[in-house]
Amino acid sequence: MPRQSIVRKSMLFVSAISALLSSVPAGVVAAETIHEERSKYRDITVTEVGNRRCLLFNVHRGDRNQTCVLVNDKQRLVFDYTRMSFAGLLLNDRPESILVIGLGGGSIPLTFADLFPDARIDVVEIDEAVVSVAEEFFFFEETENMAVYVDDGRPFIKRAGIRREKYDYIVLDAFSGDYIPEHMLTREFLDEVRNIMRPESVLVANTFSTSRLYDHESVTYQRAFGEFFNFKLPTTGNRIIITQLEPLPPRAQLVEKAQSFAGRLEKYGVPILEYPSRLSTRVDWDMSRRQLTDQYAPANLLRGK
Amino acid sequence: MAFASGFCIMTVEMLGARILSPYFGGSLSVWGSIITIFMLALALGYLWGGKLSARKPSAITFAGFFIGAAVFSIPIIVFSDAIMEPIFMALEDPRYGSLFAAIFLFFIPTSILGMISPYAVRLMVQNEAHSGQMAGLLYFISTLGSAAGTLGTSFYFVLWFEVNQILWGAIFTLLLAGLVILAAHYFGKDKRAAHAEAVNCA
Repeated sequence: MPRQSIVRKSMLFVSAISALLSSVPAGVVAAETIHEERSKYRDITVTEVGNRRCLLFNVHRGDRNQTCVLVNDKQRLVFDYTRMSFAGLLLNDRPESILVIGLGGGSIPLTFADLFPDARIDVVEIDEAVVSVAEEFFFFEETENMAVYVDDGRPFIKRAGIRREKYDYIVLDAFSGDYIPEHMLTREFLDEVRNIMRPESVLVANTFSTSRLYDHESVTYQRAFGEFFNFKLPTTGNRIIITQLEPLPPRAQLVEKAQSFAGRLEKYGVPILEYPSRLSTRVDWDMSRRQLTDQYAPANLLRGK
Repeated sequence: MAFASGFCIMTVEMLGARILSPYFGGSLSVWGSIITIFMLALALGYLWGGKLSARKPSAITFAGFFIGAAVFSIPIIVFSDAIMEPIFMALEDPRYGSLFAAIFLFFIPTSILGMISPYAVRLMVQNEAHSGQMAGLLYFISTLGSAAGTLGTSFYFVLWFEVNQILWGAIFTLLLAGLVILAAHYFGKDKRAAHAEAVNCA
């Protein structure tokens, strides 16, 4: 019975998503569960509706963590937040070393590998099962320049810092259960991330713009990095934080970079020309909120508020 | 007192993952390490507590468990980085890293706390017929304390306080419990002596 209900809910869920986001009319093509995998951390389900194949976590709990790929157009990025992750190119357009925390279906690292074939790409994913699903169903594969480490993001970054390794482009996209794990929301963690950045390196962090946690997270990033770009789109609840150690570039420079990049990003569906005007440094959070630290990070409790 | 010890065991255990996660991450194996070490420490504590209770059981030793557990919990706050850093450097595998860190941080205070329950049974049992009842009552109270410690920590304390503040709270509670036992013991002794004197005079 539980198995069946999972499948049924996933069908509802996927058709709801496709109704919202895709040109494939919902209900015309039924979602089919093509793979189910139990891992140490969560249930992983792979579904297919028409040519849209999706990776869903914890379907029975209705979590929104998921990623999709179009089987007939693998390079096109399906979700806003994955496309938005490339806005960091406006700050650093020639990354030679890239770190992605959180693999998912692998679309972010695959796009980087395609864009920058000579760059070294390290991907950190805590769940081995996600790696094998990404390889089997989402066209992800390790290459000479792209390696996956099955590890927790925080110790990985701490160790890289001790070894004095630096990355030019860092994407934080680690989600577990409902949200980002608490130990990757704290000031101490962000200081460890700073340790693996050069002045011109760019950090791109995928967060949600809902709940009281938004204020605490914003305050924490502000204390760690000073001013940052707050990147939101009306079509998504994701908020992408983009920052670097050196001062942020002026808008004119972002526009210029966007124009020079637009052609190269077209096949992935990244509307980079629209992004510069969306990158805001305006404070739209409650600055009196307490910053999150290793001593104080009741993230799951704050999220409920 | 049994309630306080159960409460503090689970408070520290719930915070354990928080304390280890900056070094060893939040993977399932970190929780596994913590729970394993707490269970092993308690198991040995029960054994040693039971053994000790067979030799001249006294309220002073009993109070000593609380005070000792409090004192040996202080390194969790003061030396946590000094303890975890070399382990983090020496062991790449976070499973064994977290296991060793949990041993060094939590094993001693938890095993001392484990001695309390069997020792308390010995102190409170008046006769054989009531021994099972007394043991049942003590487990009831200490496990109730554990439940309260778990709920309080995970629902409220982490929202109101910093991790170290909660730990100091637990340490203070254990110290206070030890002192209350000592006070009751000496105060009770005076009363007993006075009572004996009065009987003699009569």
